[in-house]
Amino acid sequence: MTVHQLIFIYFAIAMTGISLLVVTRRNPVHSVLFMLVLFVHIAALYLFLNAEFLAAVQIIVYAGAIMVLFLFVIMLLNLRREETEEKFHRQWPVSAGAVAVLAVFFIMIVSKIVVLPALGEYSIDAIRSEGSIMTVGKVLFTKYLLPFEIASIILLVAIIGAIVLAKKSTNS
Amino acid sequence: MTFSLVLWTFIKVAIVVSILMLHVSYVVYFERKVIGHMQARMGPMRVGWHGLLQPIADAIKLFFKEDIMPSQADKSIFYIAPIIGVLAAIGSIAVIPMWDGFAIANINIGLLFILALSSVGSYSIILAGWASNSKYSFLGGLRSAAQVISYEIAMGLSLVGIMLLSGSANLTDIVHAQSDYWFIFTQPAAFFVFVVAIIAETNRAPFDLPEAETELVAGYATEYSGIRFGLFFMAEYAGMFIMSALAVVCFLGGWDGPDIRLLAWVPGFVWFILKVYAFIFFYFWIRATLPRYRYDQLMSLGWKLFIPLALANVVFTALLKLL
Repeated sequence: MTVHQLIFIYFAIAMTGISLLVVTRRNPVHSVLFMLVLFVHIAALYLFLNAEFLAAVQIIVYAGAIMVLFLFVIMLLNLRREETEEKFHRQWPVSAGAVAVLAVFFIMIVSKIVVLPALGEYSIDAIRSEGSIMTVGKVLFTKYLLPFEIASIILLVAIIGAIVLAKKSTNS
Repeated sequence: MTFSLVLWTFIKVAIVVSILMLHVSYVVYFERKVIGHMQARMGPMRVGWHGLLQPIADAIKLFFKEDIMPSQADKSIFYIAPIIGVLAAIGSIAVIPMWDGFAIANINIGLLFILALSSVGSYSIILAGWASNSKYSFLGGLRSAAQVISYEIAMGLSLVGIMLLSGSANLTDIVHAQSDYWFIFTQPAAFFVFVVAIIAETNRAPFDLPEAETELVAGYATEYSGIRFGLFFMAEYAGMFIMSALAVVCFLGGWDGPDIRLLAWVPGFVWFILKVYAFIFFYFWIRATLPRYRYDQLMSLGWKLFIPLALANVVFTALLKLL
């Protein structure tokens, strides 16, 4: 087993464990914190794939902006009551067993059917030759220009919607 | 080969971090002296010659103070919050090039790395405010959350112009791109936005709303004592050092000195550190000069002036680059 595999196994196990911690914490702020740790792990996995730009963006966008907003909302809601109440329904062991069985089936099916595709044009050497940022930029603005523009229009709609909802009506 | 690389990296890290920590403690002394003289006082004078040993006395005092925990606090988060702040602040020094070819990690996304760590650093204040379970801390934490998000956008946008001009996010390449002229001359609007944004980002006066002592006691740090309070202090001053170093690298030509034959023997590191200290002096100067902003003024300034200005600068720079 190589060092690379060991690192990958650590990240795979740690990410699964942290995801479980995110959904089982009583305190929503603790969940957000574990989510943050999870995002850092995902960023490290991107680094592992030589996608350094994606790693940085993962931290800047998810940890820096989105999770801060999550925290902001959770703090404003003041969910201290959640901590004292029972978190799960009594049936949770049944559902956990069902999930485990399904997971075994899923893994068996996936390992039988899915064949790894041939290596694409964006090999590690190709990315290294012109840098991660430039590669992502080129692909984004040529091959995937239409999805990119659609995404920006969706975001624009969300921004305008937020302004419309937040703006006080002046005529009343 | 790999082993010596790892060893050399460890040695570099040890040297840089210990020098940074020493600087951080003496930047506090520097600030007290500068502000003291600006207000026609002497500043610290008692411990050592002209108070030169004052930072050491302060550090010893902080170490031996009692570490008090509020009874209703969230223990684990209360403990971890200041540590996140210090780690994020010190981690950023890894990508700062101090002179030609010397950075602990010369990575291609250096600029983005610093932005990422500074956004992680803001968690320290938000979480400290929440975990203390006190009104003042909580208000400080909320203010910090809103302030840091707003000004991070302006700061990131002001750095986009630099990336466009130098064609790279690698800090060493950015300094090399400034060999003809510094970016402060070609990107004055971006420099202005950046300077204001980093003052807000490091929670310094006149944007120190998260710890506004006249209204919030000490803001997010109200419930902290002893060395944990000291860690917040350390994070703030290390953050100032990093942000000043970033300003020097991105706008003031990094280790590039004046082009005079007589001064050619001076190593680049000296110019770098001189510029960083000039910038830190500028921080103190602003603190001693300007009164604190009101919170709504701060937010409307950020969203209505700095973000549009930085955006216009990005568009303008991109157009110029295209032509």
